[in-house]
Amino acid sequence: MLAVAATFAWTGGWFSPGHLDQSRMIDTFEAVNGPHPGFRRNHAKGVCLAGWFDSNGNGARLSTAQVFKPGRTPVFGRFALAGGMPAMPDGPEAVRSMALNFTQVDGEVWRTGMNDIPVFPMKDEKSFYEQLVATRPAANGKPDPAKIKAFFAAHPESMRAIGLIKGAPFSSGFANAAYNSLNAFRFVAADGKVTAVRWSMKPVDAFEPEPEQAPKDKNYLFDEFAQRLARGPAQWHLILTIGQPGDSTNDATVPWPADRESVDAGTLSLSTVTAEADGNCRDINFDPLVLPSGIKASDDPLLSARSAAYSESFTRRAGEAKTPSAVQFGK
Amino acid sequence: MIKRFPLFSRLLHWLMAALILVMLFVGVAMVTSLSDYHRLVDIHRPLGILILVLAAIRLIHRLFRPAPPLPAAMPPLLKVAAQGSHVLLYILMFALPLVGWGMLSAAGYPIVLVGSCHLPAILPHSDGLYAVLRPLHTVLAYLLFVTFLAHLGAALAHALIFRDGVFQSMASWRR
Repeated sequence: MLAVAATFAWTGGWFSPGHLDQSRMIDTFEAVNGPHPGFRRNHAKGVCLAGWFDSNGNGARLSTAQVFKPGRTPVFGRFALAGGMPAMPDGPEAVRSMALNFTQVDGEVWRTGMNDIPVFPMKDEKSFYEQLVATRPAANGKPDPAKIKAFFAAHPESMRAIGLIKGAPFSSGFANAAYNSLNAFRFVAADGKVTAVRWSMKPVDAFEPEPEQAPKDKNYLFDEFAQRLARGPAQWHLILTIGQPGDSTNDATVPWPADRESVDAGTLSLSTVTAEADGNCRDINFDPLVLPSGIKASDDPLLSARSAAYSESFTRRAGEAKTPSAVQFGK
Repeated sequence: MIKRFPLFSRLLHWLMAALILVMLFVGVAMVTSLSDYHRLVDIHRPLGILILVLAAIRLIHRLFRPAPPLPAAMPPLLKVAAQGSHVLLYILMFALPLVGWGMLSAAGYPIVLVGSCHLPAILPHSDGLYAVLRPLHTVLAYLLFVTFLAHLGAALAHALIFRDGVFQSMASWRR
Protein backbone atom coordinates (compact mmCIF):
# COMPACT_ATOMS: atom_id res chain seq x y z
CA MET A 1 0.00 0.00 0.00
CA LEU A 2 2.79 2.33 0.93
CA ALA A 3 4.54 1.47 -2.31
CA VAL A 4 1.41 2.28 -4.36
CA ALA A 5 0.96 5.58 -2.51
CA ALA A 6 4.64 6.47 -2.96
CA THR A 7 4.55 5.67 -6.68
CA PHE A 8 1.42 7.81 -6.99
CA ALA A 9 3.11 10.73 -5.24
CA TRP A 10 6.20 10.31 -7.41
CA THR A 11 4.06 10.32 -10.58
CA GLY A 12 2.42 13.50 -9.32
CA GLY A 13 5.85 15.13 -9.06
CA TRP A 14 5.81 15.56 -5.28
CA PHE A 15 9.37 14.29 -4.94
CA SER A 16 10.74 16.61 -7.62
CA PRO A 17 9.64 20.14 -6.68
CA GLY A 18 12.30 21.81 -8.88
CA HIS A 19 11.05 20.11 -12.04
CA LEU A 20 9.70 22.28 -14.87
CA ASP A 21 5.98 21.53 -14.87
CA GLN A 22 2.75 23.37 -15.73
CA SER A 23 2.56 25.24 -12.42
CA ARG A 24 6.17 26.36 -12.54
CA MET A 25 5.79 27.64 -16.09
CA ILE A 26 2.71 29.71 -15.23
CA ASP A 27 4.18 30.81 -11.88
CA THR A 28 7.09 32.23 -13.88
CA PHE A 29 4.76 34.17 -16.17
CA GLU A 30 3.17 35.63 -13.03
CA ALA A 31 6.56 36.48 -11.56
CA VAL A 32 7.70 38.23 -14.76
CA ASN A 33 4.50 40.20 -15.41
CA GLY A 34 3.12 40.65 -11.92
CA PRO A 35 -0.30 39.44 -10.81
CA HIS A 36 -3.19 40.22 -13.17
CA PRO A 37 -6.06 38.11 -11.83
CA GLY A 38 -8.73 37.04 -14.30
CA PHE A 39 -6.51 37.58 -17.35
CA ARG A 40 -4.58 35.21 -19.59
CA ARG A 41 -1.01 34.75 -18.35
CA ASN A 42 0.26 35.42 -21.87
CA HIS A 43 -1.37 37.29 -24.76
CA ALA A 44 -3.25 39.03 -21.96
CA LYS A 45 -4.52 42.07 -23.89
CA GLY A 46 -7.09 41.22 -26.52
CA VAL A 47 -10.53 41.47 -28.12
CA CYS A 48 -13.09 38.98 -29.42
CA LEU A 49 -13.81 38.32 -33.08
CA ALA A 50 -16.53 36.65 -35.11
CA GLY A 51 -16.91 35.71 -38.76
CA TRP A 52 -16.77 32.71 -41.05
CA PHE A 53 -14.50 30.62 -43.24
CA ASP A 54 -15.42 29.83 -46.85
CA SER A 55 -13.57 26.73 -47.97
CA ASN A 56 -12.91 26.32 -51.70
CA GLY A 57 -12.31 22.58 -51.28
CA ASN A 58 -8.60 22.69 -52.23
CA GLY A 59 -7.49 21.58 -48.75
CA ALA A 60 -9.63 18.42 -48.89
CA ARG A 61 -6.93 16.52 -50.81
CA LEU A 62 -4.65 16.92 -47.77
CA SER A 63 -7.09 16.44 -44.89
CA THR A 64 -10.43 14.78 -44.23
CA ALA A 65 -11.45 17.56 -41.80
CA GLN A 66 -14.88 18.85 -42.76
CA VAL A 67 -13.66 22.47 -42.63
CA PHE A 68 -11.72 21.85 -45.89
CA LYS A 69 -14.70 20.54 -47.86
CA PRO A 70 -16.37 23.22 -50.00
CA GLY A 71 -18.71 25.29 -47.84
CA ARG A 72 -18.90 27.70 -44.94
CA THR A 73 -17.79 27.13 -41.32
CA PRO A 74 -18.64 29.65 -38.57
CA VAL A 75 -15.61 31.13 -36.80
CA PHE A 76 -14.98 33.07 -33.64
CA GLY A 77 -11.64 34.16 -32.32
CA ARG A 78 -9.43 36.64 -30.59
CA PHE A 79 -6.83 39.24 -31.54
CA ALA A 80 -4.21 39.86 -28.87
CA LEU A 81 -0.75 41.18 -28.15
CA ALA A 82 1.92 38.74 -26.98
CA GLY A 83 2.93 39.38 -23.39
CA GLY A 84 1.39 38.99 -19.98
CA MET A 85 0.38 42.63 -19.37
CA PRO A 86 -3.39 43.10 -19.94
CA ALA A 87 -3.08 46.90 -20.18
CA MET A 88 0.16 47.18 -22.18
CA PRO A 89 0.11 50.01 -24.73
CA ASP A 90 -0.09 48.97 -28.40
CA GLY A 91 3.21 49.56 -30.11
CA PRO A 92 5.51 48.65 -32.97
CA GLU A 93 7.38 46.14 -30.81
CA ALA A 94 4.39 44.02 -29.86
CA VAL A 95 3.85 40.67 -31.53
CA ARG A 96 0.22 40.30 -32.64
CA SER A 97 -1.72 37.06 -32.44
CA MET A 98 -4.84 35.67 -34.07
CA ALA A 99 -6.63 32.83 -32.29
CA LEU A 100 -9.49 31.09 -34.06
CA ASN A 101 -12.18 28.51 -33.33
CA PHE A 102 -13.83 26.71 -36.25
CA THR A 103 -16.89 24.69 -35.22
CA GLN A 104 -17.57 22.25 -38.04
CA VAL A 105 -21.14 21.30 -38.97
CA ASP A 106 -20.38 17.75 -37.75
CA GLY A 107 -19.61 19.19 -34.30
CA GLU A 108 -15.84 18.74 -34.40
CA VAL A 109 -13.76 21.75 -33.45
CA TRP A 110 -10.48 23.19 -34.75
CA ARG A 111 -8.64 25.80 -32.68
CA THR A 112 -5.46 27.57 -33.63
CA GLY A 113 -3.31 30.33 -32.17
CA MET A 114 -1.12 32.12 -34.71
CA ASN A 115 1.41 34.96 -34.51
CA ASP A 116 2.49 37.62 -37.02
CA ILE A 117 6.12 36.44 -36.94
CA PRO A 118 7.75 34.05 -39.44
CA VAL A 119 9.23 31.61 -36.89
CA PHE A 120 8.93 31.08 -33.13
CA PRO A 121 11.93 32.27 -31.08
CA MET A 122 12.21 29.12 -28.91
CA LYS A 123 12.34 25.47 -29.89
CA ASP A 124 11.01 23.75 -26.77
CA GLU A 125 9.49 24.32 -23.34
CA LYS A 126 12.84 24.33 -21.58
CA SER A 127 14.32 27.13 -23.67
CA PHE A 128 11.00 28.98 -23.49
CA TYR A 129 11.21 28.84 -19.72
CA GLU A 130 14.87 29.95 -19.70
CA GLN A 131 13.97 32.90 -21.92
CA LEU A 132 11.16 33.84 -19.55
CA VAL A 133 13.51 33.75 -16.57
CA ALA A 134 16.18 35.72 -18.47
CA THR A 135 13.73 38.54 -19.28
CA ARG A 136 12.41 38.79 -15.73
CA PRO A 137 12.71 42.45 -14.63
CA ALA A 138 15.51 43.14 -12.12
CA ALA A 139 15.27 45.61 -9.22
CA ASN A 140 15.32 48.60 -11.61
CA GLY A 141 12.23 47.28 -13.43
CA LYS A 142 14.18 46.32 -16.55
CA PRO A 143 15.52 42.92 -17.60
CA ASP A 144 19.22 42.32 -17.02
CA PRO A 145 20.97 42.56 -20.45
CA ALA A 146 23.69 40.15 -19.28
CA LYS A 147 21.11 37.43 -18.62
CA ILE A 148 19.50 37.94 -22.01
CA LYS A 149 22.92 37.77 -23.65
CA ALA A 150 23.68 34.55 -21.78
CA PHE A 151 20.38 33.06 -22.93
CA PHE A 152 21.10 33.74 -26.59
CA ALA A 153 24.67 32.50 -26.24
CA ALA A 154 23.27 29.20 -24.97
CA HIS A 155 20.58 29.08 -27.67
CA PRO A 156 21.97 29.91 -31.13
CA GLU A 157 18.72 28.64 -32.69
CA SER A 158 16.84 31.41 -30.82
CA MET A 159 19.43 33.96 -31.97
CA ARG A 160 18.86 32.90 -35.60
CA ALA A 161 15.07 33.00 -35.13
CA ILE A 162 15.17 36.51 -33.66
CA GLY A 163 17.21 37.59 -36.68
CA LEU A 164 14.48 36.27 -39.00
CA ILE A 165 11.73 37.89 -36.91
CA LYS A 166 13.46 41.28 -36.90
CA GLY A 167 14.18 40.95 -40.61
CA ALA A 168 10.49 40.56 -41.51
CA PRO A 169 8.72 43.92 -41.59
CA PHE A 170 5.75 44.33 -39.25
CA SER A 171 2.54 45.62 -40.79
CA SER A 172 0.60 48.71 -39.65
CA GLY A 173 -2.42 46.91 -38.18
CA PHE A 174 -4.25 43.72 -37.36
CA ALA A 175 -6.10 43.57 -40.70
CA ASN A 176 -3.04 43.67 -42.98
CA ALA A 177 -0.84 41.29 -41.01
CA ALA A 178 -0.12 37.65 -41.86
CA TYR A 179 -0.50 35.15 -39.01
CA ASN A 180 1.46 31.91 -38.95
CA SER A 181 0.85 28.58 -37.19
CA LEU A 182 4.63 28.40 -36.55
CA ASN A 183 4.35 24.82 -35.30
CA ALA A 184 3.93 22.06 -37.87
CA PHE A 185 0.96 19.71 -37.92
CA ARG A 186 0.10 16.50 -39.73
CA PHE A 187 -2.76 16.46 -42.20
CA VAL A 188 -4.36 13.08 -42.83
CA ALA A 189 -6.08 12.57 -46.21
CA ALA A 190 -8.93 10.20 -47.06
CA ASP A 191 -6.46 7.63 -48.44
CA GLY A 192 -4.49 7.77 -45.17
CA LYS A 193 -1.63 9.83 -46.63
CA VAL A 194 0.02 12.02 -44.00
CA THR A 195 1.41 15.44 -44.95
CA ALA A 196 3.42 17.82 -42.78
CA VAL A 197 1.73 21.23 -42.91
CA ARG A 198 2.33 24.71 -41.54
CA TRP A 199 -0.47 27.17 -42.19
CA SER A 200 -0.80 30.93 -42.50
CA MET A 201 -3.55 33.50 -42.73
CA LYS A 202 -2.41 35.91 -45.49
CA PRO A 203 -4.25 39.23 -45.48
CA VAL A 204 -6.29 40.51 -48.43
CA ASP A 205 -5.69 44.10 -47.22
CA ALA A 206 -2.50 45.54 -48.72
CA PHE A 207 0.61 45.59 -46.57
CA GLU A 208 1.62 48.89 -45.07
CA PRO A 209 4.67 49.22 -42.85
CA GLU A 210 4.24 49.97 -39.20
CA PRO A 211 4.61 53.67 -38.20
CA GLU A 212 7.98 54.51 -36.68
CA GLN A 213 6.29 56.03 -33.65
CA ALA A 214 3.24 54.60 -31.99
CA PRO A 215 0.18 56.89 -32.05
CA LYS A 216 -0.92 58.37 -28.71
CA ASP A 217 -3.96 56.08 -28.40
CA LYS A 218 -2.79 53.20 -26.19
CA ASN A 219 -5.18 50.88 -28.03
CA TYR A 220 -4.57 52.20 -31.56
CA LEU A 221 -4.15 48.76 -33.13
CA PHE A 222 -7.45 47.47 -31.75
CA ASP A 223 -9.30 50.75 -32.36
CA GLU A 224 -8.08 50.92 -35.97
CA PHE A 225 -9.25 47.35 -36.54
CA ALA A 226 -12.74 48.25 -35.29
CA GLN A 227 -12.74 51.23 -37.71
CA ARG A 228 -11.54 48.97 -40.51
CA LEU A 229 -14.53 46.63 -39.97
CA ALA A 230 -16.92 49.56 -40.46
CA ARG A 231 -15.92 49.31 -44.16
CA GLY A 232 -16.78 45.58 -44.34
CA PRO A 233 -15.26 42.27 -43.22
CA ALA A 234 -11.47 41.93 -43.10
CA GLN A 235 -10.28 38.89 -45.02
CA TRP A 236 -7.41 36.43 -45.13
CA HIS A 237 -6.49 33.47 -47.33
CA LEU A 238 -5.78 30.28 -45.44
CA ILE A 239 -2.52 29.06 -46.99
CA LEU A 240 -1.42 25.48 -46.26
CA THR A 241 2.30 25.03 -46.85
CA ILE A 242 3.36 21.45 -47.57
CA GLY A 243 6.51 20.22 -45.90
CA GLN A 244 8.95 17.93 -47.72
CA PRO A 245 10.97 15.12 -46.17
CA GLY A 246 13.76 16.76 -44.21
CA ASP A 247 11.76 19.91 -43.39
CA SER A 248 11.77 20.43 -39.67
CA THR A 249 8.48 19.52 -37.98
CA ASN A 250 9.83 19.50 -34.42
CA ASP A 251 11.58 22.87 -34.35
CA ALA A 252 9.48 26.01 -34.86
CA THR A 253 12.61 28.23 -34.90
CA VAL A 254 13.55 26.86 -38.34
CA PRO A 255 11.69 28.19 -41.41
CA TRP A 256 10.83 25.94 -44.34
CA PRO A 257 12.36 26.80 -47.72
CA ALA A 258 10.41 29.56 -49.48
CA ASP A 259 9.74 27.46 -52.59
CA ARG A 260 7.57 24.87 -50.82
CA GLU A 261 4.25 24.07 -52.50
CA SER A 262 1.30 25.81 -50.89
CA VAL A 263 -2.45 25.43 -51.19
CA ASP A 264 -4.96 28.26 -50.84
CA ALA A 265 -7.74 26.48 -48.89
CA GLY A 266 -10.24 29.33 -48.70
CA THR A 267 -11.06 32.71 -47.23
CA LEU A 268 -11.49 33.78 -43.64
CA SER A 269 -13.81 36.77 -43.13
CA LEU A 270 -13.94 38.56 -39.80
CA SER A 271 -16.92 40.88 -39.54
CA THR A 272 -17.33 41.67 -35.83
CA VAL A 273 -15.05 42.77 -33.04
CA THR A 274 -16.20 43.06 -29.43
CA ALA A 275 -14.62 43.68 -26.06
CA GLU A 276 -13.85 40.67 -23.90
CA ALA A 277 -16.74 39.83 -21.58
CA ASP A 278 -18.41 36.99 -19.69
CA GLY A 279 -18.91 33.91 -21.81
CA ASN A 280 -17.23 35.12 -25.03
CA CYS A 281 -13.70 34.42 -26.32
CA ARG A 282 -12.33 35.52 -22.94
CA ASP A 283 -13.57 32.25 -21.45
CA ILE A 284 -12.26 30.00 -24.22
CA ASN A 285 -8.91 28.23 -24.19
CA PHE A 286 -7.47 28.44 -27.72
CA ASP A 287 -5.56 25.22 -27.16
CA PRO A 288 -3.59 24.47 -30.36
CA LEU A 289 -4.26 20.76 -29.90
CA VAL A 290 -8.03 21.06 -30.13
CA LEU A 291 -8.08 19.51 -33.60
CA PRO A 292 -10.72 17.83 -35.77
CA SER A 293 -10.06 14.36 -37.20
CA GLY A 294 -7.92 14.90 -40.30
CA ILE A 295 -5.45 17.18 -38.47
CA LYS A 296 -2.99 15.74 -35.95
CA ALA A 297 -0.20 17.12 -33.79
CA SER A 298 3.35 16.84 -35.15
CA ASP A 299 6.39 15.84 -33.11
CA ASP A 300 6.95 19.51 -32.17
CA PRO A 301 7.45 19.53 -28.35
CA LEU A 302 6.05 23.06 -28.13
CA LEU A 303 2.55 21.86 -29.05
CA SER A 304 2.03 19.69 -25.98
CA ALA A 305 3.73 22.31 -23.80
CA ARG A 306 1.45 25.05 -25.16
CA SER A 307 -1.60 22.85 -24.60
CA ALA A 308 -0.54 22.16 -21.01
CA ALA A 309 0.44 25.73 -20.13
CA TYR A 310 -2.71 27.22 -21.70
CA SER A 311 -4.78 24.78 -19.68
CA GLU A 312 -3.11 25.81 -16.43
CA SER A 313 -3.54 29.51 -17.27
CA PHE A 314 -7.18 28.87 -18.19
CA THR A 315 -7.93 27.05 -14.93
CA ARG A 316 -6.28 29.72 -12.80
CA ARG A 317 -8.05 32.66 -14.40
CA ALA A 318 -11.44 30.91 -14.41
CA GLY A 319 -11.40 30.93 -10.61
CA GLU A 320 -10.39 34.59 -10.29
CA ALA A 321 -12.53 37.72 -10.04
CA LYS A 322 -12.76 39.56 -13.38
CA THR A 323 -12.06 43.21 -14.11
CA PRO A 324 -12.95 44.88 -17.45
CA SER A 325 -10.42 44.39 -20.23
CA ALA A 326 -8.32 47.37 -21.40
CA VAL A 327 -9.88 47.51 -24.86
CA GLN A 328 -13.55 48.61 -24.86
CA PHE A 329 -15.51 49.86 -27.87
CA GLY A 330 -18.15 52.52 -28.27
CA LYS A 331 -17.55 54.28 -25.01
CA MET B 1 -16.81 -20.25 3.76
CA ILE B 2 -18.90 -17.47 2.22
CA LYS B 3 -20.28 -17.49 -1.31
CA ARG B 4 -18.25 -16.05 -4.16
CA PHE B 5 -19.31 -13.07 -6.30
CA PRO B 6 -20.89 -14.02 -9.65
CA LEU B 7 -18.24 -14.51 -12.35
CA PHE B 8 -19.35 -11.44 -14.34
CA SER B 9 -19.07 -9.29 -11.17
CA ARG B 10 -15.54 -10.56 -10.56
CA LEU B 11 -14.51 -9.89 -14.16
CA LEU B 12 -15.92 -6.34 -14.02
CA HIS B 13 -14.27 -5.72 -10.66
CA TRP B 14 -10.76 -6.64 -11.77
CA LEU B 15 -11.07 -4.95 -15.16
CA MET B 16 -12.26 -1.73 -13.54
CA ALA B 17 -9.66 -1.96 -10.78
CA ALA B 18 -6.94 -1.94 -13.43
CA LEU B 19 -8.59 0.84 -15.46
CA ILE B 20 -9.21 3.08 -12.44
CA LEU B 21 -5.67 2.65 -11.16
CA VAL B 22 -4.26 3.52 -14.60
CA MET B 23 -6.68 6.46 -14.73
CA LEU B 24 -5.55 7.85 -11.37
CA PHE B 25 -1.89 7.65 -12.39
CA VAL B 26 -2.55 9.18 -15.81
CA GLY B 27 -4.47 11.97 -14.10
CA VAL B 28 -1.86 12.86 -11.54
CA ALA B 29 0.93 12.74 -14.16
CA MET B 30 -1.06 14.74 -16.70
CA VAL B 31 -1.62 17.81 -14.53
CA THR B 32 2.10 18.37 -14.04
CA SER B 33 3.45 17.29 -17.41
CA LEU B 34 4.33 19.65 -20.25
CA SER B 35 5.83 17.32 -22.85
CA ASP B 36 3.45 14.36 -22.37
CA TYR B 37 0.37 16.36 -21.45
CA HIS B 38 -1.39 15.96 -24.78
CA ARG B 39 -0.76 12.20 -25.02
CA LEU B 40 -2.04 11.66 -21.46
CA VAL B 41 -5.18 13.80 -21.92
CA ASP B 42 -5.97 11.81 -25.07
CA ILE B 43 -5.97 8.64 -22.93
CA HIS B 44 -7.70 10.20 -19.93
CA ARG B 45 -10.86 11.38 -21.73
CA PRO B 46 -11.99 8.13 -23.45
CA LEU B 47 -10.83 6.01 -20.50
CA GLY B 48 -13.00 8.08 -18.16
CA ILE B 49 -16.06 7.56 -20.35
CA LEU B 50 -15.29 3.83 -20.59
CA ILE B 51 -15.18 3.66 -16.78
CA LEU B 52 -18.52 5.51 -16.59
CA VAL B 53 -20.14 2.99 -18.97
CA LEU B 54 -18.66 0.02 -17.09
CA ALA B 55 -19.80 1.49 -13.76
CA ALA B 56 -23.36 1.72 -15.09
CA ILE B 57 -23.26 -1.89 -16.34
CA ARG B 58 -21.83 -2.98 -13.01
CA LEU B 59 -24.47 -1.21 -10.93
CA ILE B 60 -27.33 -2.62 -13.00
CA HIS B 61 -25.81 -6.12 -12.83
CA ARG B 62 -25.40 -5.81 -9.08
CA LEU B 63 -29.08 -4.95 -8.65
CA PHE B 64 -29.97 -8.29 -10.26
CA ARG B 65 -27.09 -10.34 -8.81
CA PRO B 66 -26.36 -8.85 -5.36
CA ALA B 67 -23.05 -9.26 -3.54
CA PRO B 68 -22.77 -12.28 -1.19
CA PRO B 69 -23.43 -11.38 2.47
CA LEU B 70 -20.43 -10.62 4.70
CA PRO B 71 -19.50 -13.29 7.27
CA ALA B 72 -21.89 -13.33 10.25
CA ALA B 73 -18.92 -13.25 12.61
CA MET B 74 -17.65 -9.88 11.31
CA PRO B 75 -18.00 -7.10 13.96
CA PRO B 76 -20.96 -4.75 13.16
CA LEU B 77 -18.71 -1.68 13.00
CA LEU B 78 -16.49 -3.30 10.36
CA LYS B 79 -19.58 -4.29 8.40
CA VAL B 80 -20.77 -0.68 8.37
CA ALA B 81 -17.29 0.46 7.29
CA ALA B 82 -17.22 -2.15 4.52
CA GLN B 83 -20.66 -1.20 3.21
CA GLY B 84 -19.99 2.54 3.52
CA SER B 85 -16.69 2.35 1.65
CA HIS B 86 -18.31 0.38 -1.17
CA VAL B 87 -21.12 2.92 -1.50
CA LEU B 88 -18.43 5.63 -1.65
CA LEU B 89 -16.50 3.72 -4.34
CA TYR B 90 -19.64 3.42 -6.45
CA ILE B 91 -20.49 7.11 -6.01
CA LEU B 92 -16.96 8.09 -7.07
CA MET B 93 -16.95 5.76 -10.09
CA PHE B 94 -19.92 7.74 -11.38
CA ALA B 95 -19.06 11.18 -10.01
CA LEU B 96 -15.50 11.46 -11.37
CA PRO B 97 -16.30 10.86 -15.05
CA LEU B 98 -19.48 12.96 -14.81
CA VAL B 99 -17.66 15.89 -13.17
CA GLY B 100 -14.90 15.52 -15.79
CA TRP B 101 -17.43 15.57 -18.63
CA GLY B 102 -19.27 18.46 -17.00
CA MET B 103 -16.15 20.55 -16.47
CA LEU B 104 -15.04 20.14 -20.10
CA SER B 105 -18.56 21.19 -21.14
CA ALA B 106 -18.46 24.26 -18.89
CA ALA B 107 -15.04 25.19 -20.29
CA GLY B 108 -16.36 25.10 -23.86
CA TYR B 109 -14.00 22.31 -24.96
CA PRO B 110 -15.12 19.75 -27.51
CA ILE B 111 -15.42 16.37 -25.74
CA VAL B 112 -13.39 14.18 -28.09
CA LEU B 113 -13.16 10.43 -27.48
CA VAL B 114 -11.30 8.93 -30.43
CA GLY B 115 -11.01 10.23 -33.99
CA SER B 116 -14.19 11.99 -35.01
CA CYS B 117 -16.18 10.40 -32.15
CA HIS B 118 -17.19 13.04 -29.63
CA LEU B 119 -19.84 13.61 -26.97
CA PRO B 120 -22.25 16.52 -26.55
CA ALA B 121 -21.83 19.09 -23.77
CA ILE B 122 -23.84 18.28 -20.63
CA LEU B 123 -23.53 21.77 -19.11
CA PRO B 124 -23.63 25.31 -20.53
CA HIS B 125 -20.39 27.23 -21.23
CA SER B 126 -19.63 29.02 -17.96
CA ASP B 127 -16.24 29.81 -16.55
CA GLY B 128 -17.72 30.16 -13.06
CA LEU B 129 -19.06 26.61 -13.29
CA TYR B 130 -15.70 25.36 -14.63
CA ALA B 131 -13.94 27.09 -11.72
CA VAL B 132 -16.00 24.96 -9.29
CA LEU B 133 -15.92 21.66 -11.17
CA ARG B 134 -12.21 21.61 -12.05
CA PRO B 135 -10.97 21.63 -8.41
CA LEU B 136 -13.84 19.30 -7.45
CA HIS B 137 -12.51 16.78 -10.00
CA THR B 138 -9.11 16.87 -8.27
CA VAL B 139 -10.57 16.54 -4.76
CA LEU B 140 -12.76 13.59 -5.79
CA ALA B 141 -9.79 11.93 -7.51
CA TYR B 142 -7.68 12.11 -4.33
CA LEU B 143 -10.66 10.84 -2.35
CA LEU B 144 -10.94 7.92 -4.78
CA PHE B 145 -7.25 7.18 -4.43
CA VAL B 146 -7.48 7.19 -0.61
CA THR B 147 -10.64 5.03 -0.71
CA PHE B 148 -8.86 2.66 -3.08
CA LEU B 149 -5.92 2.38 -0.63
CA ALA B 150 -8.34 1.63 2.23
CA HIS B 151 -10.10 -0.94 0.04
CA LEU B 152 -6.77 -2.58 -0.82
CA GLY B 153 -5.76 -2.59 2.85
CA ALA B 154 -9.07 -4.13 3.91
CA ALA B 155 -8.81 -6.77 1.18
CA LEU B 156 -5.32 -7.72 2.36
CA ALA B 157 -6.53 -7.83 5.99
CA HIS B 158 -9.32 -10.23 4.97
CA ALA B 159 -6.86 -12.35 3.01
CA LEU B 160 -3.99 -12.49 5.49
CA ILE B 161 -5.37 -11.71 8.97
CA PHE B 162 -9.10 -12.53 9.18
CA ARG B 163 -8.90 -15.40 6.63
CA ASP B 164 -12.70 -15.34 6.51
CA GLY B 165 -13.22 -16.01 2.79
CA VAL B 166 -14.16 -12.39 1.94
CA PHE B 167 -11.02 -11.93 -0.16
CA GLN B 168 -11.57 -15.23 -2.00
CA SER B 169 -15.18 -14.24 -2.74
CA MET B 170 -13.76 -11.69 -5.18
CA ALA B 171 -10.27 -13.01 -5.89
CA SER B 172 -11.08 -16.52 -6.96
CA TRP B 173 -10.53 -17.35 -10.63
CA ARG B 174 -12.67 -20.47 -10.67
CA ARG B 175 -16.05 -20.34 -12.34
